[in-house]
Amino acid sequence: MELWFSEFHAPDVKHSIRINRHLYSKKSDYQQIDIFDTPEFGRVLTLDGNVMLTERDEFIYDEMITHVPMAVHPDVRDVLVIGAGDGGVVKELARYDSIQRIDLVEMDALVIEACRTYLPENACRLDDRRVHIYFDNALRFIRRCKNEYDLIIVDSTDPFGPSEGYFTREFYGICYNALREDGIMVNQQGSPFYKHDADEMQRSHKRIVSTFPISRVYQAHIPTYAAGYWLFGFASKKYHPIDDFNGEKWRLLNLETKYYTTRLHIGAFYLPAFLEKMLEEVE
Amino acid sequence: MEEKKKYDQNRAPIYEALQTFRHMRVVPFDVPGHKHGRGNPELTAFLGEQCVSIDVNSMKPLDNLCHPVSVIREAEILTADAFGAAHAFLMVGGTTSSVQSMVLSACKRGDKIIMPRNVHRSVINALVLCGAVPVYVNPEVDRRLGISLGMQREQVARAIAENPDAVAVLVNNPTYYGICSDLKAIVKMAHDAGMYCLVDEAHGTHFYFGENMPLAAMKAGADMASVSMHKSGGSLTQSSLLLTGPGINPGHVRQIINLTQTTSGSYLLMSSLDISRRNLALRGREVFARVVAMADYAREEINAIGGYYAFGRELINGNSVFDFDPTKLSVHTRDIGLAGIEVYDILRDEYDIQIEFGDIGNILAYLSIGDRPQELERLVSALAEIHRRYQTDSSGLLSQEYIAPEVITSPQEAFYARKVSIPLEESIGRVCSEFVMCYPPGIPILAPGERITAEILDYIRYAKVKGCSMTGPEDPEILNINVLQ
Repeated sequence: MELWFSEFHAPDVKHSIRINRHLYSKKSDYQQIDIFDTPEFGRVLTLDGNVMLTERDEFIYDEMITHVPMAVHPDVRDVLVIGAGDGGVVKELARYDSIQRIDLVEMDALVIEACRTYLPENACRLDDRRVHIYFDNALRFIRRCKNEYDLIIVDSTDPFGPSEGYFTREFYGICYNALREDGIMVNQQGSPFYKHDADEMQRSHKRIVSTFPISRVYQAHIPTYAAGYWLFGFASKKYHPIDDFNGEKWRLLNLETKYYTTRLHIGAFYLPAFLEKMLEEVE
Repeated sequence: MEEKKKYDQNRAPIYEALQTFRHMRVVPFDVPGHKHGRGNPELTAFLGEQCVSIDVNSMKPLDNLCHPVSVIREAEILTADAFGAAHAFLMVGGTTSSVQSMVLSACKRGDKIIMPRNVHRSVINALVLCGAVPVYVNPEVDRRLGISLGMQREQVARAIAENPDAVAVLVNNPTYYGICSDLKAIVKMAHDAGMYCLVDEAHGTHFYFGENMPLAAMKAGADMASVSMHKSGGSLTQSSLLLTGPGINPGHVRQIINLTQTTSGSYLLMSSLDISRRNLALRGREVFARVVAMADYAREEINAIGGYYAFGRELINGNSVFDFDPTKLSVHTRDIGLAGIEVYDILRDEYDIQIEFGDIGNILAYLSIGDRPQELERLVSALAEIHRRYQTDSSGLLSQEYIAPEVITSPQEAFYARKVSIPLEESIGRVCSEFVMCYPPGIPILAPGERITAEILDYIRYAKVKGCSMTGPEDPEILNINVLQ
């Protein structure tokens, strides 16, 4: 007997992963949550049938969304993380002793509960004393904040589900407002490859550009995401991701990473021609 | 406590008949010519086969809207039962046709009808059709918000005393903004004077099903009510209901409806009325409790932003605001230095949020059966952002004023009279022969037969500059206007 999990990456493209066992399946108020055990990718978390993370390649996403802004901003103390109920981003952030507070806003309590049970390696730092978990709608939570954070990391699902509101102009606006005067916002920007994803990427980039004075896009290769090719948005009030990047200082922290390096940091911002063109169209 | 319904509200006779019809696989040699969609594949691909296959003509098993005897009649009986009416008519020409049928049933040429001036254009259109003469009751205006309120009891009593020959009182209840009049008292005054009480209840479908809602027209004893099922009731656009009380002869109303209603009533619209009525009767109470909770939450959050005023039940004053519809989310925007219409445009152009309308001082976001909290968070956050980015000094913004009309001739006489087109700027003092209004909400600034004044021109100019969609006149640019010769 063969068991396969399949996900449409585009209307005519399917990505399949062989399954050993279906470990968890529950419908929350917001979405369908599933966790599988797979031979190639280890445990896999899916929300509404879309792969969120796999044990095998989560390091790429979590390192790139965390260390890039951390190596640019000279003094990050207060961090807000949106979504990220799996705990991967918090796990990376918690490695920085300089961070004093990590607020995590996740609307779906069930995601955190499922990850604590079935993805303990990922969720291991959710109990760090600096981490405060709020089960709330992020728009509502951030609306109340002003000048409070040095870094906001938006670790959302794609823009077609319950996270739709995290790709809107009003969301970027309230994030801007919640950041200190030298704050940085990093978000997952989707994939530029398939048309459906590319259109959304352009739309959200346009909105970020109109909100933040500095807005750059960087890339990484993530095998289980659409086209294996993923983008992140770096939006900032003051610091430029390359001009203000201090690789020397970051290396002194002696953090061991599997994907991120200070050389890759700069390289990640050099984009292929077709993508440069797509971004210029909306800038 | 909800009273028990006489009929089984789980039934949906039109829907059931259409299901049976579909299973019969009847061969169509009748209209419509698309023949269950086969003749128009592009349309079928767009709307879906399920949908076009029930776009059929009246036939014996599916009844006939012009003269209902079987399934449509059953659906009307169930609807009347659900709304507590003596009779209910399924309408397929929008609530405009319900309002017109209601007015045409009560009045004929030369009859007087008492009504507030801030009625929907469909009411005055009905007067153009039938030749009845309006007696306007000027509504009180809330100075701060710049909105017209409900009808005051004393004003209605005075209009009745001064016009004992009037045949009916028409009440706009609730208004677009959710303001309700003292319907019970007005019904009693009208009946005591031998007049009908008609209610434009386009925005009040949910009053019949929600808990702690303002009084519904049929409950208040009104003779007829026009109910927009497609607004808060969830049916398809253009479907509507006309409800009548025990003092009205339904046969006469049916004849009036048939004067102007299509003989090819759409089964898409009728089945949507049938299914929506069933849903409201079975689940309306929970549904509207959710809508009220969302509206209350949004009001609280928007008022916490500062600058905006999302108004609610605190407006109730026992008379011109006898009650307030808690599902309505209206926000006064003037204090952040933006006209409502400007906020309306910014929300759409920059935040991809479409709201119901914006006028000079307010916006209205329509909440319903289909809303979810996450979209509400977007709306509130967008308003917070607009406040942060655009807030300016509010001096210099016009406050919306109710301009009492000076009626010179009846709407019908003015509409059909000899007229001449002149530049708007030169029209002061002339008698207008057409409508001028902002749409939405579609409440006339000028109606046929009214004198044009400098004050009215100022208002029209201002509304155009702020970006209101102006409609009504023959000249789409509204540079010229038709006046009586």
